[in-house]
Amino acid sequence: MAADRTAEGAVATATAAATGAAAPRRRPLQPHGRATPYLLAAPALLLYGAFLLFPLARAVQYSLYDFDGLTVGTFVGLDNYVAVVADEGLRQAFGHALVLVLFFSVIPVVVGLALAALLTRAPVRGLPAFRTVVFLPQVIAMVVVAVAWRRIYAPDGPLNTALRAVGLDGLARTWLGDFGTALPAVGLIGTWVSTGLATVLLMAGMARVPRELYEASSLDGAGPVRQLVAITLPSVRPEMAVALVLTTITALKTFDLVYVTTGGGPGTSTTVPSYEVYRRAFELGQVGSAAAVGVVLTVLVLLVTVVVTRVVDPSRRDER
Amino acid sequence: MSAPTTSRPASPAAAGPARGPSRGSLAQRLVASAVLLVAAAAALGPVLVVLAAALGPESPAAGGGLHPENFAAAWEQGRFGEYLQTSALVAVVVVTVATVASVLSGYAFGTMDFRGREVLFLLVLLGIMVPAEAVVVPLFFDLRTLGLTDTIWGIALPQIAQSIAFGTFWMRAHFRTTDRSLMEAARLDGAGPVRILVSVLVPVARPAITTLVLLSFLWTWNDFLVPLVMAPSAQLRTAPLGLALFQGQYTQGTALLAAGAVLVALPVVVVYLLLQRHVIRGMVEGAVRG
Repeated sequence: MAADRTAEGAVATATAAATGAAAPRRRPLQPHGRATPYLLAAPALLLYGAFLLFPLARAVQYSLYDFDGLTVGTFVGLDNYVAVVADEGLRQAFGHALVLVLFFSVIPVVVGLALAALLTRAPVRGLPAFRTVVFLPQVIAMVVVAVAWRRIYAPDGPLNTALRAVGLDGLARTWLGDFGTALPAVGLIGTWVSTGLATVLLMAGMARVPRELYEASSLDGAGPVRQLVAITLPSVRPEMAVALVLTTITALKTFDLVYVTTGGGPGTSTTVPSYEVYRRAFELGQVGSAAAVGVVLTVLVLLVTVVVTRVVDPSRRDER
Repeated sequence: MSAPTTSRPASPAAAGPARGPSRGSLAQRLVASAVLLVAAAAALGPVLVVLAAALGPESPAAGGGLHPENFAAAWEQGRFGEYLQTSALVAVVVVTVATVASVLSGYAFGTMDFRGREVLFLLVLLGIMVPAEAVVVPLFFDLRTLGLTDTIWGIALPQIAQSIAFGTFWMRAHFRTTDRSLMEAARLDGAGPVRILVSVLVPVARPAITTLVLLSFLWTWNDFLVPLVMAPSAQLRTAPLGLALFQGQYTQGTALLAAGAVLVALPVVVVYLLLQRHVIRGMVEGAVRG
């Protein structure tokens, strides 16, 4: 504390002397020493730079090399990126990620819209408790979520037990081990996690809409559907954009869920880009290729953020 | 519980009770209540499935009834006590360092003019969006060269950087909206920048800082990829990692695995239930501002 202040005092004095000499006119006191903001931001920027920004630059560098993690790699230019497009396994992985976007993002936002619209328009008791409960999946570690759902999907798990109980024995199967159902089964877990977030976000948006708008439109003879389309949807655009961006990003970089539930299988039916990054770098020793997949994933995330935000919520364009 | 204490408008997500129940017909309210119950049950279902499995018999020989001793067994045999300790240590290091650094940098970015501010802040924003998947590969090789893999720091430093990206953004947004006259008054009284921060701004920013601490705790505790990659010898395991590897090794022990899952989730669930307003508001506001 004392040391800090001495340093600042010295800086302030130096600055005052400098400005005093240069500008004889009376000017507002320099509010802080010139170095102060840099000193304050330094710990954050150094840690951030060293352990996030620098590794990101290194990832780009790695992605241009054929590097196995052991020997010095050879520069291959954009070959790793060409491979991302040409490699059928990788194309599949990105395709799976798109399917997951449907489950993690599109379905939760649609369900969330319906839930939020219903709950805001016909107020019921217990909304705060409801909010707490539906948001709960969002705070539990994905690994725990995965363990829970593996139990649900197990051959003797609750899902199959329930199907057999109602006589649908034919539908019972090993959901995560079946080529046809593994990916949707993983996706449904994402739906479970994301729906609460989407609902809570959209409820927050709808709470902002003035009641009078609905009352006025009722007088004009507008029904509930008409009101949803004409009043509610346009009003919650910012929240919808946020919900879509957050859940899409979660879908694109799903790693722990896939790692714990299916390990990418059966076969390669549930492999996703983030899993490929891990597998290539730490199991197959294709570090350059892994880095390229990671960089492509980063670009995708940035694109989704910008595009979804601008398309769904054009008002944001003016910000910053 | 917590009244809106900042100058920011209270978030609608945390807004008060629903408007009077006079709106809507009885039928409408019945449908809404039914939907509410179904949605809540769907959200709770999987949580209850794990709880039930954790309290169930480990083997058919153990007999029926509740088996709370599974938790003790998971703690000892499953080594979850050890994993939870590692997680707690990592969380304390990450949250402490990231919060202090973020408050300092958020103060600089939010209240001071300096050359390069815009560019530096854009770089920080970039960090919020970069997925860990992209940086974890070079991080592993560089930290291994430095001898930091398989140490607490190998796990903590990358997570500190991620928390700082969000934290700087979050604290800047908060400090930008703080009343300038407070700072002016302190300055006239002869307070330096650090003094202004510590005695004037931080007390006012308590709710924002609490939210930041909570969110970075949740993210750090729940993270999987960084601990998986940075501790390759698997000697040092955080709780989620221990759970994943436990599942791989003991395919039989459903009850112990479920008990372990409950132990891993318990700290965040307790914190969440106690402070859910802060968590929900933080996520919603943080997201909307981004």
